[in-house]
Amino acid sequence: MSHRISGRIAIVAAAVLAGACGTPQPQALVTGDAAQKVYVAPGHYDEFYAFLSGGYSGNVSVYGLPSGRMLKIIPVFSQFPENGYGYTQETKAMLQTTFGEVPWDDTHHAELSQTNGVPDGRWLFINGNNTPRIARIDLTRFETDEIIQIPNSAGGHAAPFTTGNSEYVVSATRFSVPIPNGDVPIEDFKTRFKGTISFIRADQPGKMDIAFQILMPGYDYDLGHAGKGPSDGWFFFSSYDTEQAYSKLEMNASKNDKDFIAAVHWKLAEQCVKDGKAKPMPSAYVHNYVDEKTRIAVSERKTSVLVLEPSACPGVVYFLPTPKSPHGVDVDPTGEYIVAGGKLATVIPVHSFSKLQKAIADKAFDGDLAGIPILKYESVLAGEVQKPGLGPLHTEFDGKGYAYTSMFISSEVVKWKLGTWEVVDRIPVYYSIGHLMIPGGDSKQPWGKYLLAMDKITKDRYLPTGPELAQSAQLIDITGGKMKLLLDFPTTGEPHYAQALPAAMIKEKQVKFFSLANNANPYVTRSEADGGIERKGRAIHVKMIAIRSHFAPDNLEGVQLGDTVYFHVTNIEQDWDIVHGFALLGMNTANLILLPGDTRTLRWVPQAVGVYPFYCTDFCSALHQEMQGYIRVSPLGSNVALRANISPRAATQEARKVGLLSPASGDHMQHAGNQ
Amino acid sequence: MLRRRLLMIAAAALVVGALALPLWEIRLVAPQYPEGLGFRIHASNVVGIKPNDLQSINGLNHYIGMKPIHADLIPELRWIPWIVIGLALAGLAAAWRASRGAVGAWLAAVVVLGTAGLWDFRSWEYDYGHNLDMENAIIVVPGMSYQPPLLGSKQLLNFTATSLPASGAFALGAAFLLGVGALVMPGGPGSRKARRTRLHPALAQGPA
Repeated sequence: MSHRISGRIAIVAAAVLAGACGTPQPQALVTGDAAQKVYVAPGHYDEFYAFLSGGYSGNVSVYGLPSGRMLKIIPVFSQFPENGYGYTQETKAMLQTTFGEVPWDDTHHAELSQTNGVPDGRWLFINGNNTPRIARIDLTRFETDEIIQIPNSAGGHAAPFTTGNSEYVVSATRFSVPIPNGDVPIEDFKTRFKGTISFIRADQPGKMDIAFQILMPGYDYDLGHAGKGPSDGWFFFSSYDTEQAYSKLEMNASKNDKDFIAAVHWKLAEQCVKDGKAKPMPSAYVHNYVDEKTRIAVSERKTSVLVLEPSACPGVVYFLPTPKSPHGVDVDPTGEYIVAGGKLATVIPVHSFSKLQKAIADKAFDGDLAGIPILKYESVLAGEVQKPGLGPLHTEFDGKGYAYTSMFISSEVVKWKLGTWEVVDRIPVYYSIGHLMIPGGDSKQPWGKYLLAMDKITKDRYLPTGPELAQSAQLIDITGGKMKLLLDFPTTGEPHYAQALPAAMIKEKQVKFFSLANNANPYVTRSEADGGIERKGRAIHVKMIAIRSHFAPDNLEGVQLGDTVYFHVTNIEQDWDIVHGFALLGMNTANLILLPGDTRTLRWVPQAVGVYPFYCTDFCSALHQEMQGYIRVSPLGSNVALRANISPRAATQEARKVGLLSPASGDHMQHAGNQ
Repeated sequence: MLRRRLLMIAAAALVVGALALPLWEIRLVAPQYPEGLGFRIHASNVVGIKPNDLQSINGLNHYIGMKPIHADLIPELRWIPWIVIGLALAGLAAAWRASRGAVGAWLAAVVVLGTAGLWDFRSWEYDYGHNLDMENAIIVVPGMSYQPPLLGSKQLLNFTATSLPASGAFALGAAFLLGVGALVMPGGPGSRKARRTRLHPALAQGPA
């Protein structure tokens, strides 16, 4: 009886399945093997590192692909109380600008350094859109090492795209501003507001500098990409608001049928600069970098840049009319095609580099603007992708002859063929995609296996979390003829653009800890016996070590109200992934996260007399909860002696040191008392 | 005789070689250390397998009150090299003598000193494993001691400790085997045949 029933159920189930197979499925439904394709079993590694900009978080987030697992958040332009970045004495200088400390920014475009037009895994560059800056992140440590401010610019949006060997990264201004900036009526926009395109020397760590700026008409410059192969030596920038509206741009900057892509011959610009055709202009900006030896950030002010007027260097810039309010300007792997994502365009226009060369030779111009020749649209056009969808934004390539364009308004990714310009596939995304990314997809050699769609609106995709919902990334398999949606995963901040590279390129290069022997921080403490407390006027310097599972010293007395205390804490572990933290009651800044072998310093101005406990914030060991201590703050003028206790291990070390070496000299830190 | 001499010279060379090689190796693996920690004991030193292994091991050992492992704190390491050099010189002397008796004496010395060395190593392990600073020990497991094995593996809390001879010990072992070879080799000044050769040199040249 029961057998018969289950048999009947099985038949019904089979019928339902057969029916399901016969019904056309929406493409977006995940197919059967999707889970397998993104499942990375415990203990196994992802195939790609993906670096996603953090938008208004000011950070970069790192994900593994295809799993979509978050690996790390790298603080860049924003203070990060999670580890003390931007708060410690060693990192504060990173956030200096001519506006003072700017502890926040809006990161938009991640860009991997390249060699011969291919990502090489040395560095990641990222722009600060709000207060124009470009940062360099070292990919052996996943730390921000350098930030340069871009003068004569506002809204560093078209940044930090790189040349084929990372000779330069660029930054073009999204807002045109008076140059030099000053007290100018806004209605003088058309006459006094200008744009700039900056070329920043980027191939020497710690030595980023503005090589030159090209002064441009006052449009909004949006995105850029370097040429490659035959177009190497050129750079292409999209622009909008060629109407030069300065109010209600939504409407007033959307009137022209075509805006411009600026083709910049940067090799020629380099030559003109060398020939003295660029003029120095007083311009204040700040360059911050981490000193390689001390690991302490240094800030230097610069006072001048070289500015090149296009009219002083004929042939350096051409305008390519392009419909309409273009966002992306993307060069295919061969270097021949320049694809524009005209946000309001009904087609995807593709320019040809060889036709561009011919048009320049033939002088196929439609007049000029401020000495910049305007090429005839038809003379440079390779083709148009017809009916691609609505709101094309950004295009990447798979290296197999196909291009993939994100469509913001129709919320889809469209795949089309280079050369024939025909749409071959489309897939909906959820919802309103901004940028998309294929690992290496803007380089000469894409790893065309996955496409990551970065969506602005998620609505019903995840469990709801009140009015604010996560932005979302969607992983799409592009290995077959049809695109297949594999995975949704929420992201932090608002990723705009991202880049990815094969994990194998950088996995083995990861630093595991910093050598204590090479630690050149002036306040390093290399052993328990070397810790102590010292007064210099109203400044108190505490030298302290952290090791499993204690701080030494861990009892500090003799601090007076009115003193400023500097906690210089060194993690003396020399072991991978053994991290300690340091947090103090009432600390007005942040906690410290101390990497093995590293020294970080927190500044503290006690506000009241009392005893303040401190403790380790990173669960380091079985006795982590015991890793704590006290600092006593006495009234101003108190006669409590300055004192740091000495731990039993420090005492042993001290004894051994005295036995083996001559009595310690040159150590001006004081110890007092024995616990 | 020449062959015995050569064998003993080779044995002495291996003994000298052992000075430059690690004699013993202790490896530690735990859930938190899948890649392992470890150190190697040389005649005159103790060194971590990876650059900071010894420091990491000492850092961990403070939890159980174990003394830090540090070459300066092990007096044997100051005179073991001299014993090894002495053994090599004795091997050369035996080669010079080339007598079965000298080789036998050398082998006996190797056995005695080797056993004494292992006994010393074991008592050193016992001392480190048992004489703990209980006043400052953080983890106290009643009845638990932390003596690593002389040979083989043993579970010590979350660590599996494996102790094995290293290349230097194998060199000494090979030297011993060469000595045994020299001992059992026929001929040499002690054999009847050799004595005969010495007594009747003319025979060796054949009839005149």
